[in-house]
Amino acid sequence: MSFRLSYRADPGNPWFSWQYVRDNSDTVLAALRDHTTLTVRAVLIAALIAVPLAVVAYWYRPLTGPILALTGVLYTVPSLALFAFVAPYLGIGVATVLTVVVLYALLVIVRNTVAGLNQVPAEVREAAEGMGYSRWGQLLRVELPLAVPGILTGLRLATVSTVALVTVGVVIGRGGLGQIIFAGFQNNLYKAQIMTGTLLCVLLALVLDLLLIGAGRLLTPWLRGRTG
Amino acid sequence: MNPVEQAVVWLNDPLNWTNPGGILDRLGEHVSMSAAAVLLGCLVAWPLGLWLGHVGRGGGLVVLVSNLTLAVPTLALLTILPLTFLGFGRPAVVIALAVFAVPPLLANAYTGVRQVDPQTREAARGMGMTGMQVLRRVELPLAVPYLAAGFRTAAVQVVATAALATFVNGGGLGEIIRFGFGLSIAVGGGQILAGGLLVAGLALTAELLFALVERLVTPRPLRRVRRRAGRRAADAVTGS
Repeated sequence: MSFRLSYRADPGNPWFSWQYVRDNSDTVLAALRDHTTLTVRAVLIAALIAVPLAVVAYWYRPLTGPILALTGVLYTVPSLALFAFVAPYLGIGVATVLTVVVLYALLVIVRNTVAGLNQVPAEVREAAEGMGYSRWGQLLRVELPLAVPGILTGLRLATVSTVALVTVGVVIGRGGLGQIIFAGFQNNLYKAQIMTGTLLCVLLALVLDLLLIGAGRLLTPWLRGRTG
Repeated sequence: MNPVEQAVVWLNDPLNWTNPGGILDRLGEHVSMSAAAVLLGCLVAWPLGLWLGHVGRGGGLVVLVSNLTLAVPTLALLTILPLTFLGFGRPAVVIALAVFAVPPLLANAYTGVRQVDPQTREAARGMGMTGMQVLRRVELPLAVPYLAAGFRTAAVQVVATAALATFVNGGGLGEIIRFGFGLSIAVGGGQILAGGLLVAGLALTAELLFALVERLVTPRPLRRVRRRAGRRAADAVTGS
């Protein structure tokens, strides 16, 4: 390797260029739209699977270990390997990316939801029981609402890591903004293109995270005074 | 032939193992660059984490670092670093991987020192130890199980991430998967699956190996307590 200590950006290949963004706005916006819909769909599907799983783990204590272990193993499997396992069966397409990303998001949501449910105070649970709530009533009216902060932490982490993970989809040509980054890399290392893709990824993660924080504040009005 | 049979056939071809660029070559690349990255991460994160824990400040910084690295796609970092003064080749890939090893190492080193019983620390002070002596002879030994837990998390993560080095032609077992995809699924399905098995197998091996190391360096009486504490430290990393 060669260290070039007096590095300067050569004029032909700047780190960022509005010219590039303007000229390629269609491609960039399409990739951004792809990335956003993939992320949102993946997190929604993951939440629909993970929250019931967490409730099962919460109701039947002996199942907590196995459920966390299973999602933990899925989380240990490298993302590229998961693509390799899923692609031969689901083919080259959105279904493969979605499946991989959902499997990854499961662990974070399950673990945080279980943690959120577990920190519901025993007195509250007993009071609900004493008031005659059924198991489901207690879950829907008391325990889940109180677990919202935990669930939300899980969703936020899952969303941010999903935004980053979708880029690995370039291996099957469905990487959203990853396509922009990778195309820039192959296209004579065009830095402006790579940076545009990267910045949009980080921005997307930030915006979705802020939206979730906002949603959390709306859903937990009783916490506002305390943390404010 | 279904993909699983194809994968078995592919794995059973000795040439696929011993050819230049075969499994053994790729495995060597994968392990060597992962080891270098984790080592580099330790050199940066452990001293910083231990010191921050010792002075009891910088908890916010630790959380900030882990949140930032979560949001930056691996692929982006892998493609951007070679374009800086680092240039193409192994160093840029190793540094990119090391960046992802830092958060768990840092967080666990910090937590490891913070969890030391304040009374122990005061007793050490009372015996006339200086700040450095307290850190080196009291806090560091008590933090070893945490350091081991962070090491395991970091090592597994780096081994997993190193598979992506193939996108910048960085070698490693990921190459097998990417070449398989290059051949289309009908032809390369077996190779894709075989590559996936190799990468996943390596990651799980690293997980088991370092879990064992973690157990060995944790003194027996601490093991049960540590399980719970370890989960708390892991939760701290994931921000819950």
